[in-house]
Parts: sequence; C-alpha cells; structure tokens
Amino acid sequence: MSQIGELPARVRRSRSVDPRLVRLFGWLVLGALLRLMTVTTEGTSTDHLLVIDEAFKSPALIAWLVAAVAVWAVTELWRARRIGAAVTVHTAGVRKQWSTIADRDLSRKLSLLAVVAAAIVIPQFLSEFYQRVLVDQVAVFVLLAVGLNVVVGWAGLLDLGYIAFFAIGAYTCAYFTGSLPVTPPFVLNPFVILPIAVIVCLAAGLLLGAPTLRLRGDYLAIVTLGFHEIVVLFLVNKNNWTGGNQGVSKTVPHFSINLFGIHYQWTLASLPYWYLFIGMLAIVVFLFARLEHSKVGRSWTAIREDEVAAAANGVPTVRYKLMAFAIGASTSGLAGVLYASRLGYINPASFPIVLSISVLSYVIFGGMGAIVGVIVGASLLTFLPAVLQEQNLVRQEDIPMWVGAVLVVMMLFRPQGLIPSRRRRRELRLASEGIADADAMSEAPEGRQR
Amino acid sequence: MTSRPAADGPVPTPRHAAQAAPLLAVRELILRFGGLTSLDHVDLTVDRGVIQAVIGPNGAGKTSLFNCLTGVYTPQEGTIEFTSDGHTTPLVTGSGRRRRSRKPHAVNHVGVARTFQNIRLFAALSAFDNVKIAAETRYRTGPIGAMLRLPKARANDKSTDERTEELLGFVGLWDAADEQASSLSYGVQRRLEIARALATDPQLLLLDEPAAGTNPTEKRELEQLIRRINSERGVTVLLIEHDMRLVMAVAQRITVLNFGKVIAEGRPEEVQRDPAVVEAYLGSAEEPESGSAPEGTSGGTSGGTEEVHRDE
Amino acid sequence: MCLSQHFWQFLIPGITLGCLYALIAIGYTLVYGVLQLINFAHSEVFMTGGFAGLFVCQALVGTGKVPHGAQSVSYMLAGICCSAVFGAIVAFLLERVAYRPLRRRNAPRLIYLITAIGASLFLFNLAGKLFGRDKANIPDLYTDGVVFTVFGAQVRVQQLIIVGAAVAMMLALDTVVNRTKLGAGIRAVAQDSQTASLMGVNINRVISQTFVIGGLLGGAAGFLFGTYLNVHYQMGFLPGIKAFAAAVLGGIGNIRGAMLGGLLLGIVESVSQSCMSSQWIDVVAFVVLILVLMFRPTGILGQRLGRAA
Repeated sequence: MSQIGELPARVRRSRSVDPRLVRLFGWLVLGALLRLMTVTTEGTSTDHLLVIDEAFKSPALIAWLVAAVAVWAVTELWRARRIGAAVTVHTAGVRKQWSTIADRDLSRKLSLLAVVAAAIVIPQFLSEFYQRVLVDQVAVFVLLAVGLNVVVGWAGLLDLGYIAFFAIGAYTCAYFTGSLPVTPPFVLNPFVILPIAVIVCLAAGLLLGAPTLRLRGDYLAIVTLGFHEIVVLFLVNKNNWTGGNQGVSKTVPHFSINLFGIHYQWTLASLPYWYLFIGMLAIVVFLFARLEHSKVGRSWTAIREDEVAAAANGVPTVRYKLMAFAIGASTSGLAGVLYASRLGYINPASFPIVLSISVLSYVIFGGMGAIVGVIVGASLLTFLPAVLQEQNLVRQEDIPMWVGAVLVVMMLFRPQGLIPSRRRRRELRLASEGIADADAMSEAPEGRQR
Repeated sequence: MTSRPAADGPVPTPRHAAQAAPLLAVRELILRFGGLTSLDHVDLTVDRGVIQAVIGPNGAGKTSLFNCLTGVYTPQEGTIEFTSDGHTTPLVTGSGRRRRSRKPHAVNHVGVARTFQNIRLFAALSAFDNVKIAAETRYRTGPIGAMLRLPKARANDKSTDERTEELLGFVGLWDAADEQASSLSYGVQRRLEIARALATDPQLLLLDEPAAGTNPTEKRELEQLIRRINSERGVTVLLIEHDMRLVMAVAQRITVLNFGKVIAEGRPEEVQRDPAVVEAYLGSAEEPESGSAPEGTSGGTSGGTEEVHRDE
Repeated sequence: MCLSQHFWQFLIPGITLGCLYALIAIGYTLVYGVLQLINFAHSEVFMTGGFAGLFVCQALVGTGKVPHGAQSVSYMLAGICCSAVFGAIVAFLLERVAYRPLRRRNAPRLIYLITAIGASLFLFNLAGKLFGRDKANIPDLYTDGVVFTVFGAQVRVQQLIIVGAAVAMMLALDTVVNRTKLGAGIRAVAQDSQTASLMGVNINRVISQTFVIGGLLGGAAGFLFGTYLNVHYQMGFLPGIKAFAAAVLGGIGNIRGAMLGGLLLGIVESVSQSCMSSQWIDVVAFVVLILVLMFRPTGILGQRLGRAA
C-alpha cells in the first residue's frame, strides 16, 4: 500500500512545478496519444506491443510531437495575451456582427431553407456509395437523434438503452411482414406498420418508464441500459419467435404504395429511400418543433430548470417525463421500421449497446435540446466517419474510440454542443455560476441560496 | 414597540359556524427525521379569507410545516385537511407503511400554492414564461393537441397568455415581462415568484419568508401586495415571516412555533403579549420586535440548519 | 424446487465472483460517496488491471512451465500489484483529466455522466485497438486442483486464492478507511465537503486519493477476474454494471454495504443458474437493481457514508 503515500506526494510535488511545463507535458502526451490512435493497425493480446511499436518507431510520431509543441507555444502566447489581445480586438467587430446576424430569426429560417434545398438536390449528384451512406447511416441516425433529443435534451433524462426501441420497431416490422419464424395474423405493408410500431414502442416506453422514471438520473441510466440488454437477450434467445442470432428468415420487403391509382415500389436504390426518410424526418421535426413551443415543451423546460418548483406549481413531473420517454421511444420505433425495410435483413447484432451510446453522443455533440443542432451534429458524426473510412484514414473498428474521445472533449470544452439552443447556453452559464440546475437529474430539497 | 392593529380589523367570523369548515385544518402533525422531531403535535387552523402568519425562532419547524402541507415531506402522524366548495380533501392518508401524502403537483391542483424561502424561479426563462408555465397547468393540452395545434389547444394558449399578462400587471411586473428571470433584482424576483404561484389559481397561498433580503421600500410594497392578494383576489394567505413589522401589519391571526411545537396562537396583540412567546424569542437572543432581523442569515443559514435534508 | 438442485455447486463460484464484484463495487461506492457521481468509467479501470496483469504474467511465465511454490506466490503478488497500480493510474488520470475540470465549472450531473460514458467508450476501444479483440488467457501461475468438497461441490485452489486475496484487500481497505487519517479525510468529505474544507481538509487531494484507492481495488479485481475467466477489451462492461447494482444493493456510499452487496449479488446470480438457463444470467443483476430501487432504495445496510441524496 505504499503507493497511496507516494501518489499524493507526487501530486504535491507537481504543484510546485511551473504550470507551463506541466501543460507542455500534457500536450506532448496528447500528441503521442493521437499518434497512437491514428495508427492503422490493430494489436493482438499476444503481441501487445505491435501498435505501440508501429506508432512510436516511426517518423510520424515526431510530426505529432512537433505539432504538439507548436500548439503549446501558441496557447502559451495566447494565455500571456501576447497575440490574443491583438486578435481579439481585430475580430471583435466581425464577431459581434456575426452573432447579431446569426441570432436573428430570419437567418435561422433562411439557413433552414438552404438545408432543406440542399438535402433535396445534392444527393442526386453523389456517387452510389455516398448515397448509400446517406440513407443507411445519416438519415436513420439523424431520425434517431431527433427522437432521443426529446428524452435527453428536452426532458433531461439519460436514456442509455434507446436502441432497444429501435430494435423493437424493426422486429415489429419484420413480424408484420411475415419475415420472422412466427406467422403474423395478417401481413401488412410497411407503411401500415409504421403507426403500429409507433404504438408498440409507445407502450414499451410507458412500460419501462412507469416504474423507473421516478428514480435519480444515474439510476435511470443504468436501468435503461439493462432494458436494452434484456431486449437483445430476448431477441437472441427466443429462437422460435425471433430467429435468434440468425435474424429474419425472409427478407423484409421494401416499402410500396398501392393506393388510389398510385403505384410506387421502393427497391434497393438508395435515392428513393433517402426521400422517404427525409420526408418522415420533416414530418417528425415539424411536429416536434410545435411541441417544443407549446405547453408541453415549456413544462419540460420547467422540469429541467427546477423540478421542485415545477411540481409546486402544478406540473405533474413524472407524467411529463413519461410523455417524453414514450415519444422518444415511438420515434425510435418509427426509425426501426424504416431501417428494417431498407436493409431487408436484421438480426440482434444490428442493435448493440454501442449504438445507443453513439446516438447519445450525436445528440450531445450537436447541441442537446436544439433540433437544428442535433440534426447537424448527427449528420456530421455519421457522414464524416464514413468518408474517412472510405479514404482509409480511419478504420471502422476505431470509430467508437473516436466517438468516445469526441464526447469527452465536447463535455470538457463545449458542453452546450455545436449549435445549442439559446436557452441551453443560458442554462449552462447559470449552472456554472451556481444559480440553477441545467437538467432534471438532481436537485437540493430546499432551493438555493441567494 | 407599540403594536399596530391588524389592518383589516378583527378576524372575520363565519356566519354559519356549524357549516363553515376551515380552509386548512392541521391536527396533531408529527414530523420526524431519524432521531430529530421537527414538528411535534402541531395543530393549525386557517379560516377562509384570512391572512395568517406562522412565526418562530430559527429552526422552529416553519418551513418543514410548509413542506408537509405541500407534500414534499410526509409527516409520520397527524392529518391535514383542505376544504373548499364544501368538499374536504385529506392531504395525507394512511398510516404506518402505507402512509402517503399527496404529491406536490396534486396539492397544487387541489388549491394550495407556495413560494420558497430561497427563491426558486426558472432562472433561464423570461418572467412571462415563468408565470405562463404555472398558468398552463390548469388546462389540459396534451402532446397530440400541441403537435397538431388543435383549436382547443390554441384557445387554451390564448387564455393563458391573457391570464399571465393580467397577473404580471397585478404584481406590477408588466415592464419586466421579457427579462430573463435571473437578471431581475431580488425584490422583483420575489414578486415574480408570487405571481407565478397565483397563476395556479390557488385558494390558499403559502408564502415562505417573502420579505427576507428585501429593503424597506420593497417590504412596504410587499405588505400592500399581500393585502391586495387577499382582498382583491380572495386568496387566503399563510405566511412565514421573521419581519415582525410586516407580520403585525398584515396578519389577522398568528401561530407561533418553537422547537416544533405550537406555543401560542391568536390575534397579533394577544400573541405579542404572550409570555411564552416573549421567552422563546428573548431566550434565544432574538427580538420579536425588530423589524430588520438579520434577514441575510435567516435566508441563508436557516435553510441549512432548520431542516435536516433527508428524504423519508 | 429448482434451488436445491446443484445449490452448493453454484454457491462456490458465486462466492468467488461475488468477492470480485465486491472489490469493484467498492470503487463505485467510494466515488459516489465523495462526489455523488457514478463513475461509469470504473469498468475500464477493471479492464486495465486485467490487461496489466496479463502482460506481467506473460512476461514472467511466458510459455514456460507452470511455476509452483514460492514462485507462484511471488508471481501472483506481482500480478496483483501491477494490476492494482495500473488500475490506480487510470483512475487517477480519469479524475484529473475528465472530472476535475467539470467540478471546477459546477457542471450539471448529466455532463459528468456523459463524460464518464465517453471516457469508458474511448478506453475500452483503445484497449481493443492496442491489444486486439480476442479473449486472452492469463498463463497459469500455479497448478489448480480441488482442495476439498463441500456437500458435493468442489472448492478449488483458484477459488480459495481469489477469495483470500479479495478478503485481504477488503480488510486492508476497511482498516484504511476507519483507522487512518486518509480514511478520515475521505469520510469527512463524503459527509460534508464544505465543512471538511473549512476544517483544513484538502478536498482535491482527498478526491484523488479516493479514486486511487478505488482504482487499486478495481485493477486487482481485473487481474483476479482474468485468472478466473479471461481478459478481453470489453470485460469491464457487464461486471461493471453488476458491481454497480451490487453497490446499490448494499447501500450506495456505504463501503461495507458494497462488500455485502457484491457477495450477495454474486451468490444470487450464480445460484439462479439452477433455476433458469444460463443465457439469461446477466438479467439477474438488473432485476435485483430494479427491485432494490423500487422497494428499498437505500440498500440493505441503508446508512450512507455521505450526505443524503
């Protein structure tokens, strides 16, 4: 146990060392770590030095270390206000203009229009590969992120098992299209299954939420994680119902419309699915935006700001949390139906826990609570890795590692996310001044001191 | 200091004594935290239409009483009954393991609203939104109605907007409607919290040390506001306060707590002369007469020492 | 009744795993006591210990023959110490790099949790990248064998060693927490950090020490787990959640509660295998957690080390 005595001494000693040197050391370590992370091989447990060797015995390491020193020098000068002052003064005017422009409602509406136009036009010019990425990765996950945003961003609840509902929606679709070993009472068109999946997931969300939403935030997180595990275990083990690890026994059919003389069949082609997805997304976003600025949205904000005060003023907090949870769950189910039909083949391995955490990171990264931010963040974090992977800059297995790193960095340096809602920025600023709580996860029983 | 007569004269007596149950009836309330008894056989009656005050030295259990009334704490024994429209609702039911108190939002819907000792506004929201959120709780607009903007939802929204404007005007905060709550001055924040509580259309308003931390001008305004709440809106007021000048000015009835027990009750003049009360205050080196007791500390530390922060 | 079947046969492994859960649970409960925060990334501390122990043993034993006697003992000690130290280092860095900046900013609880999750995701994927995604076995440090049987259930050397080591560490921890200045500091901060700092306790240092101690135990548990089963980059995930459930079961914030909870959970989990197929075994911990949270949220031993939630 002598290590206990040593470590505090080490801590004590470092405090008398020049903090600049400490920071230099930190940057160097970061540089080395980034070098390690960007190596394009993977180790084995018998040759555990493989990656480390490859990382450190190459000139690339020098490049990273030099870059680290350069960054350190710049930050030190900035701190010492040598270059900072000049830059800040010169850019102040520009920055002020930018923020007045950016904050105006008109600019938000214009940018929204631009995004919508881009989403409709641009995919037609992309290669098949990128179209596929757009549909399989971006669209699905943006939809999921928008749904999770309701739970995490608006109601402030940490749901770590969000993908469980995604799985439930997907398997519901598989079931009602007759693709599972169990035969359904009637075979339905995926379009018809959409509302059914919404209802099923709504019920599942209520079932999970009713006993657990009164728990503290941390506990809720673990319980939702457990729910995901249980759902996956069920999918894996109940072979005769779900096909077990093999997954669906028959390909899930694509969407099709056969109504009022309109006949359209979706196929393997990506573009039609893209339009289907963003059509759904548009409807969902439209409804959610209305929700946000309604009594329901305001009640969620009140609960996030100060749950005790909200309850004292008549807001039924548990009921609203349940509502958010159920709405999030049904959105996830919706996405599940689209996903199952698009891919045609699903099995339990399509729904790992890492996926839940990834969607969470998209929401946080984009700007918890702000629909626009979440869409942008999710799009970036799903599209970028695909591009990098295609260019062989990043290996697919390493992507979760980068996602984790991004999460930590975001929380340390920009917890409000990329494009936060104005209110969220205010909430976090107030929290750091000790005035309010920025989420629905903890509260003091008696209020705060002035 | 000379006592001033209660501004509104004697306590209004019910015309039909047999029929008129008090608005709030608390009997034999006992609240314990582990080994500490916070409320000890507390009896309290609040008649409809009065302004009543609960006073007592720091740590006497006053805020704990409010917390029991609003469902934040569940008293181990005793009853709390709220009567309106001839209908009596118990706010605590059951005994032993099955003891349940009505949840805070349900208590609010029954007709009891409160403010907090340490102001709890929705800091990042505007004053208008703070009040509107409370006003909306009286309407049933669900998520479907909100998403589809059904006509009922829109009508509700319009009504709450009107109500919010009216309330902000009532407390004199019309100019500050769009300001962020956290940027308002302390006295204004207090009034906003009161407006928010009123937005829930209560019959009984619990004010927890509304004058703490306010300057004499603000105190005078508060005094008028409390009277207007009672006379113009017909809301019964029960307030906890340390500022005796304010208490004497507005209260028609006073209950005195010390160490969790009721040691005196009655009209202000009676209570002031009561030897037990004098001893309670002088004995703990506090003057019941002082208009400006250490408000800062009472707002600050009493929040910590008065109640043990435990959830039962 | 399903329980009577093979009860003792499942009990022994249950106790063994339970001791390991207890060691990990202590880490969760300690951090929760001083920070009121679930350190999600503690599972990666456990994993680090596993890998550290793996490499040390590979270096010492390699593909040579199985050691015995004093060599075995010294190798075991080396494994435990190394894994403990590396676990402590990771825990320490975690606190310094990820949590302390958040504490300085008074970040809301959600942010801490997300940082912890991100750190966890990062760490185990980094380990997977560095060390491969296959399960690895720690070379045998001694010849295993049955020592005795209890009601028809075998008790092996390995199980005795694991339980013995775990119990020794728990006793040491109990002594440190209850009889040393270090422990007094931790208990003070857990109860009321404001007052503690007013009385001269260096909060930052105590928090670091808390993480370090949790890391030592968690890391060692990783090594012991590795000798019992295997080492794998995702090995921290399930045991971490189960250990957390154990900590809640015993009373979150209560160190002895964590020990008791861990043991109990290990036993319950193992013994329920006689009632249900082993595929569903992981569900037991979640069910226990939900039941505890619904019916006795303060846990078995109830009383908390720190202030009320």
